[in-house]
Parts: sequence; C-alpha cells; structure tokens
Amino acid sequence: MKKLLLASAATALVAGAATAESHGETVKIGIILGFTGPLESITPDMAGGAEVAINEINETGQFMDGAMVEAVRADSTCIDAAAATAAAERLVTTDGVAGIMGADCSGVTGAILQNVARPNGVVMISPSATSPALSEAEDDGMFFRTAPSDARQGEIMSNVLMDRGISEVALTYTNNDYGKGLADSFQSAFEAAGGSVTISAAHEDGKADYSAEVASLASAGGEVLVVAGYTDQGGKGIIQSSLDSGAFDTFVLPDGMIGQQIVDDLGAGLEGSFGQLPGSDSEGATMFQEMATEAGINPTGIYTGESYDAAALMLLAMQKAGSTSASDYAGAIMEIANAPGEPILPGELGKALELIAAGEDIDYVGATAVEFIEPGESAGSFREIEIRDGAIETVGYR
Amino acid sequence: MTDILNALVALSNFVLIPGAAYGAQLALGALGVTLIYGILRFSNFAHGDTMAFGTMATILVTWGLQSVGISFGFLPTALIALPVGIAITGLLLMGTDRTIYRFYRKQKAAPVVLVIVSMGVMFVYNGIVRFIIGVGDVNFADGARFVITAREFKEMTGLDEGLAIRSTTLITLVTAAIAVALLFWFLNRTRTGKSMRAFSDNEDLALLSGINPEKVVAVTWLIVAALATTAGVLYGLDKSFKAFTYFQLLLPIFAAAIVGGLGNPLGAIAGGFVIAFSEVLITYAWKKVLEYALPESLEPSSLVQLLSTDYKFAVSFAILIIVLLFKPTGLFKGQSV
Repeated sequence: MKKLLLASAATALVAGAATAESHGETVKIGIILGFTGPLESITPDMAGGAEVAINEINETGQFMDGAMVEAVRADSTCIDAAAATAAAERLVTTDGVAGIMGADCSGVTGAILQNVARPNGVVMISPSATSPALSEAEDDGMFFRTAPSDARQGEIMSNVLMDRGISEVALTYTNNDYGKGLADSFQSAFEAAGGSVTISAAHEDGKADYSAEVASLASAGGEVLVVAGYTDQGGKGIIQSSLDSGAFDTFVLPDGMIGQQIVDDLGAGLEGSFGQLPGSDSEGATMFQEMATEAGINPTGIYTGESYDAAALMLLAMQKAGSTSASDYAGAIMEIANAPGEPILPGELGKALELIAAGEDIDYVGATAVEFIEPGESAGSFREIEIRDGAIETVGYR
Repeated sequence: MTDILNALVALSNFVLIPGAAYGAQLALGALGVTLIYGILRFSNFAHGDTMAFGTMATILVTWGLQSVGISFGFLPTALIALPVGIAITGLLLMGTDRTIYRFYRKQKAAPVVLVIVSMGVMFVYNGIVRFIIGVGDVNFADGARFVITAREFKEMTGLDEGLAIRSTTLITLVTAAIAVALLFWFLNRTRTGKSMRAFSDNEDLALLSGINPEKVVAVTWLIVAALATTAGVLYGLDKSFKAFTYFQLLLPIFAAAIVGGLGNPLGAIAGGFVIAFSEVLITYAWKKVLEYALPESLEPSSLVQLLSTDYKFAVSFAILIIVLLFKPTGLFKGQSV
C-alpha cells in the first residue's frame, strides 16, 4: 500500500514536471482587491482588466521563453487591514506569487506594503490607491501605482495657471475631504511656484444663497476664482453669484466642476473659464475599451484601464529583467513606463515582448497613457479644457 | 474722492444691496410667523415648508403659463402666477387648519402641543413638495436678469468697482414694500383687520364682543399664505429654488420674528433686516473697502473678517440668544416667548 502511494506520488510528480516543461515555467501574479466591502461593485471589473492583460501575454507565448502567467485572486476587503495583510501573506507564502497587482484602497494598500511586500521583497502595483500619503511611504522601491496621487491635480492646476501668466487667485472649496485635499495641494503647489492665494474659503453644498461667501472672495480679490467644488452643488452657486455681482469673470474648474450641464446653465458667463480633469489622449483608452468589451467586462468602469496597465507593466518588467525576482525587475518598471522607446498601446503586449527580447527600449503607454514620476507613481494624464462658445474644448494634455 | 466712491460702491454691491433683499425676504417670512403667533398663539414650524409649497405651486403655474406662451415682458412670469400660487397655498393651509389645528384648538391644547403638531405638518409639507417637484435645483426666473450689470456700471462711471443691480432684487424690495403696506392697511383700516388685532390683544374680550373666532383664524391663514408664498417666490427668484433650503430659512426667520418681538408686525420687519445685515456684515471681509477708504499706510494686510462665512447661521443663533437673555420681548414690544 505504502509502495503504491509512493509510486502514484512519483508519477504525479513526473507528470507535473512534464506539464511544466511543455509550457515552460508558471509565473503567478496576485490580484488583491476588495471583492467584498465598499468597492465590491467595481473590483470584479478591475480584476477582469488585469486578467485581460495576463491572457494577452499568455496568448503570445513569448513571455520569458514560453512561461505561462497565472492570476491568483485574494480579497483585500478595502477597509480591514488585518484581513488584507493575512490575504497578502497567503499569496506570497503559500501561492508564491512573483508580484502583487493591488491593493485597491489606500489604507489596506499601505498595510500590505509595510507588513507583507517590504518584508518579503515583493513588488506591488496598485491601480487605484490615490492617497498622497503613499508617495512618502517607505517602500524600498517595491511600490508603484498607475493612479495619480490626489496631490497631483493640485500641481497640474497650478501649472495651468502659471502657464497662463496668472499669479494671484482666490480659492474656494467644497467642505469635504475631496475639496479640502485638492485645495490644500493646489495652494501649496501654487505658492511654491511663486503665486499667491488671497483667500482659501470653504463653502457648504446645498445652499440657495452664496452671496456672503462671494462677498468675502471678492473682497480678498484675485485675477481668477478657483472653485474646487461640484458642478451640481455649491460650486455652481458660487459661480452664479460671482457672475451676478461682477466679482469674478473667469473661473478655474477642477474635475468635479466640469460637465456640460453647468456650461449650459450658466451660458456666456463661463466663456473663457478653464480647468483640467483626469483623462488621456483617447487612442489607448479606445483600444482598451474594445478589448474589455470583448472580454465581457465593463469598459468604462473606473480604474479598469489602470488595472490592465498595472498587470501589463509588471509582466513586461519581468521580461525586461529576465527574472521574476522582485529585486531584479522592480528597477525595470520605471524604464518600461517612460520614454525613450517604442510606444506600446493596449493589445500590443506581444509586440512589446518581442521588442524587449530583441533588446530594444519600449515606452509603455497602455490604456491610461502611463507616465511614471518619482517615487513610482503615475504622473496622471490630465486634459486641460477651456469653455469656448458654450462647449468644453480640449486645449491639450498634461 | 474716487477711492471713497469705490469703497461705497463695493460696499453697496456686496453688502447693502444683497443684505436689503435678504432682509426683505426674511421680513415677509417673519411677518407670517408673527401673525400666527399673535392670533393662533403658537410658533409655526411649518412656515418654512409653507413657503416652499407656495413657491412650488407658483413654479408649476409659471411653467403652465410659459408653455402657452404667456410672459410678463422684462418682469418674471412668476409674478403673474403668484396670485394663483397664493390661492393654492391658502387652500392647503385652510385644509390643514380644518383637519388638524382646529381639533387641537377645540381641546384648548397647550401651545407647546401645537408647536409639535406644526412640526408634524412641516414634515408632511416637506414630503409633498419633494414628491411633486423633486429635490434638485429649479430655476424659474425669466425676463430681464439685470437692471444694470457690474460691467455696464464700470463703463458708465469709470470707477474700478462695479455695482450690479439684479431685477429680482428690485422686484423683491418693491413687492415686499407693497405687501407690507397692504398688510398694515388691512390690519389698521378694515373691520376684519381690527377684529384680528382685538383677538390677538385679548381673546376672551374679543369673543365677548361678538367676534367670530373661526373667521379670524381663516383670514389669518389666508394672509399667512399670501405672505409665505410671496416671501418664498421672491427668495426663489432672487436665489434659486430647492425644496430643502426653505427648511433652513426657518432659523433666521424665527430669529427675525423674536428679535423684533413676537406678535408685533413692525418688529418682524425690523427683525428681518437686523438679522440679514448682521449675517452679512459680520461675515464680510472688509479688506477691499478699507483699502479704498483708508490712506495707504493704514491699509490692512489681512482680510479683516470677523467670522468666516461658514458661521453665517451662528450669527442668527447668537443674536437670538442675546435677545432672549436680555430683552425677551424683543426690540419692539411683543409677547415674551
């Protein structure tokens, strides 16, 4: 009996080895997202996005001399750091993943980074953690993200203003985490660039009358008014009231303030106002949308493209380094993401693998026009817009 | 000289004119509250939502008029619709009185019971309004938006500061003045008005002298409907209509009525303006005005703002508490609360 068991075990081993040999090696990638918890409605599509990239790589058969990639899903819960850490620990120790695509929420991402990724030396690429705090976290060069930090839009907005020669602004923000965070990051970026913010005043959403708020803003003065609010809430009221009293003529509109409705509502008053919102030159995005629809996932889902890019970058970096060891390929991620090299769009991963194998440089563009800045996070593509003749027109991309 | 003019213009544009319009709207609201308190002897918490209901009714009629192509030239169409809105609101208030308040009146319920009843009515009105017109912003102002825009004013006068006068601001002031004049004429010159005042001064004596209490109550509700609808429509025209904001107006309206002296119509008007100007003046950043008015060496570098605009409602609260502590009958002699 004992012998029989041993024999079958040996046969199984041989068979296993044979399978592995015929397909080359198997590389496992952990996908850790909040499949339960507050983000459970969007995470299946995000995981789907990453798996589109993995399947695309597998179909080429050119990854690391014919190795196959296998995705292993785990649940980050989005809010429970202990559960997320345990799940990540399992991915690394039991499944032996070569890298982690995730996590999704900033809090659990930080926890996994400190408790699992750094001690075990595993690379993490998060598609959606946007907290500015992650930029400063100790990461031993192991952490990357394909989503821009919230702090980034403030800098972009500051650049847009500086390029237009505007150095003095009044600033109002909606009184919540989004508004306050954006207002703070903008103010520090703008003041560092030599501009001055005459007043930074909060406004509450859902009021009928903003004349007192506008009176204070007008008294402080400024060439333009930056409105970090929402288009269907207080932000619109502030602009309406400013136009009525002649306090400001031109407004700077970040992502929450841009929509066709407000342009239609306010009409000529918004003429010449400008702003920016996350968005990229649509070539890669359109291609990814087609691929995603084909794979049966929602192509317009938030962070789906970022997930595709995170998985693709990780695998291409392994190809570049010729190794699945984090210490070897972590350094290659920045090289691949940025110029110089041949631009790589979604659906061109096969071409990218070939180019890398031939020793040529690539510049991964992907679904979200990836461009990494230090310390390994997406610069974030922003679309600069201006309101002209009652329409939102794209001025350029930043 | 130009500097002084600029300071005055800036002050008018951002403080005096908006404050006056807001004050007139509060005064009309406070008049309604004060009338109910004087005659029915309870604080009507449903008043804010009565304003919302009246405005909603007026908006619906306005839409009807607009769809058949009737407009009022450079004046907003809502002004034609206003009497219809008042009539609908009057019916609602009379109906509420018949079905709800009369029951408690017959039982001689304590005022505090009626206050709680009015809160129930408030939630029902609130629900009706949201159900019919929705919770979003409704903009129903049409006609000419400005009498003079800031830009035109600057070009005309050559000053650095602009003065914008919106037509809705003027309409608010004129309509409020007409409404107040009519109300005082009614209370002081007509027989029904006099009987209302008698009823308010001393209910038992009034009943003994043969005044029909049900008639007085009915007329009061009709006047309240007219005042509330007018106040609501003016506020909605001047700002924008949103079901929830009228509920928020309840605090400054009550503050205005109490500051002026509950039950005293003159006091309600004064109280409306006191509250409105306190809110605006205390949260105004005086920097710009002082820059124009003071010599260069004294110019302020800070904003010179007593309170951030976030605390606008705290101003009403503070005034309310001060008045209740030191002069519970209000500035004009009203009933103590």
